[in-house]
Amino acid sequence: MPTRLSRHAALAAVIAGAAAATLPALAADKVKVGFVSTLSGPSSALGIDIRDGFLLAVKMNGGKLGGLPAEVLISDDQFKPDVAKQLFEKNIKRDKVDFMTGVVFSNIMLAALPEALDAKTIYISPNAAPSSMAGKDCNPLFFAVSWPNDAYHEAAGQYANTRDLKSVYLVAPNYQAGKDSLAGFKRTFKGQVVGENYTKLGQLDYAAELAEIRAARPQAVYIFLPGGMGINFIKQYVGAGLGKDTTLLLPGFSADQDVINPVGASMAGLFNTAHWSPDFTNAANQKFVAEFEKEYKRVPTLYASQGYDAAQLIAAAVRDTKGKLDDQGAVLKALKAAKFDSVRGPFKFNTNQYPIQNYYVRTVGSDGKGGLINKSFNEPILKNHGDAYVQSCAMK
Amino acid sequence: MPGVLVLEQSLNGLQFGLMLFLLAAGLTLVFGVMDMINLAHGSLYMVGAFLAAWLVALTGSFVVGVVGAVALTALFGMALEAGLLRTLYARDHLSQVLATFALILILNDGVKMIFGNDLPLSAPAALAGPVELLPGLQYPAYRLLILGVGVALALLLWLLVQKTRMGALVRAGASNRAMATAMGTDIPRLFTIVFGIGAGLCAVAGALLGPLLAVQVGMGENILILAFVVIVIGGIGSIRGALVGAILVGAVDTLGRTLLQHVLREFLPPQWASAAGPAIASIAVYVFMAIVLAIKPQGLFPARG
Repeated sequence: MPTRLSRHAALAAVIAGAAAATLPALAADKVKVGFVSTLSGPSSALGIDIRDGFLLAVKMNGGKLGGLPAEVLISDDQFKPDVAKQLFEKNIKRDKVDFMTGVVFSNIMLAALPEALDAKTIYISPNAAPSSMAGKDCNPLFFAVSWPNDAYHEAAGQYANTRDLKSVYLVAPNYQAGKDSLAGFKRTFKGQVVGENYTKLGQLDYAAELAEIRAARPQAVYIFLPGGMGINFIKQYVGAGLGKDTTLLLPGFSADQDVINPVGASMAGLFNTAHWSPDFTNAANQKFVAEFEKEYKRVPTLYASQGYDAAQLIAAAVRDTKGKLDDQGAVLKALKAAKFDSVRGPFKFNTNQYPIQNYYVRTVGSDGKGGLINKSFNEPILKNHGDAYVQSCAMK
Repeated sequence: MPGVLVLEQSLNGLQFGLMLFLLAAGLTLVFGVMDMINLAHGSLYMVGAFLAAWLVALTGSFVVGVVGAVALTALFGMALEAGLLRTLYARDHLSQVLATFALILILNDGVKMIFGNDLPLSAPAALAGPVELLPGLQYPAYRLLILGVGVALALLLWLLVQKTRMGALVRAGASNRAMATAMGTDIPRLFTIVFGIGAGLCAVAGALLGPLLAVQVGMGENILILAFVVIVIGGIGSIRGALVGAILVGAVDTLGRTLLQHVLREFLPPQWASAAGPAIASIAVYVFMAIVLAIKPQGLFPARG
């Protein structure tokens, strides 16, 4: 447990840019992680998966992260930015955690993040990776161990090119993230966008949009409709019989296990893009998937894999600094090196501390036990892919 | 915009309206007859959908699942009324809002504990695809079923309210509760039955919409707001108002999302049309409600004279 004095001394040293030069840092006796996520209410499935993935990594290491006993303080932001902000403040000021992590949604994270960054506490993002934090607002204390918000859409645009799809119809909710996502698709897609439909946030019925799509006769449809909106759209798309002549492309999170379950059999054969898939054959992933299924009796989602990797990243940094968590300069260096076997395969941080990694096309198929599961193509659709905002980041 | 597309969108509007009607009918009865604001009405819709998904998977029959879910939800609604909500009638609307809001949270997490966050529910295989109504007009068979059930239930409710003794009591209770009590009506029993019918209608909506919409925790809150818009437009307590209000809301919403966009594209520069169109479409229903209230503050068919 670092004392208040030594922590302040270490922080001062970091601020002065002379990390570890003034005071010899001592190895901490445990690593404390503040985990704030959406764990109750309708939007809680994602946060619960991230938490379960994170805790699985801790459990598989005998309750330790990087050789130090781990104390994970879990709290529920109730899907409210102001609650998340208060929980961050409590974890940082009162519990004096070494790392913060956990938040699912970009808007909630952006509200709470200043609490961590202003107090010089490191934040490891297991999901939200907005473009602002990749570009002009990039920060040495912020690491996105997931995927940039645009990446799946860029991968989908690229996949439409390789499938030689000439005309695509796009649907997204009428808000900033919706427009950003479709912009990501258009960044890589070379064919013609025959229609762009911005729907109401939280819309239930898509009959009118489906009729428009039928009239526009595109070769493919790409949607960014997170959560229940996507489930509604896919069910109705299949019911309207559009699947026969038109290819439906989805971002990975709209075809993940938490969507496959409520939609059911009509998910079979749909294509989607993601940075991870449960069928990856690397050793780290096979171990993760097997242990996750054993522990929780369900197939892990993308979010579970991200929570698991977030814990692995922290563990690597603790291990490589030999537990000297007071030496923040060394911890940041170790985090940036990211020396762990990610379940997604090759992974490294860009200068803006956003990932450079591969993206894959997945298709939903039978799991051999009467259910459905994602299966990935062997070759990545985007290889060693970063993000479009790194140039505006001042960190080099 | 070709004629076939206009026709298809009109059908869509009608179908969306009828689906709202199923939800609004129960809400307007409870609100009108008992003078009780029940925010948890949407939660009964969720309970109905989950029960249907569970029963369909259990029995393998869509019809058995839906009928069973309606019966169970009606029983659940009556138990809820007799056990909890009854004590709220004498309180002011604020207490009712607080208590039923708490009920939303409790039912959300209760359903999650029992069934999990979501359940699969698909249309029966015979209705899973589209049918060709006219040359060039493909319409999902399942949506036709919703149209049919919606019309049938509207008719049935109208007969129940207008032509039966219980309907007369309900109407009496809605228009003047004190007088109805003075005339010897067993109000507590009537309320329990009405609440059960309302809950059953919720379950019909939840079970029938399950194959179109996500059966997931929190599904009730989204649709509840539109149901309130419908009963405010139609006039609180009036079944006829709920029907007309629901069809109008369905039509305004669908046309705002389709026809309006085409019109805007004709008359405005493309970047204006693409910015203004979705913005107008998402408030069209509420603008419509404001206009109706400005002209008829009690709604189109006020139950209370």
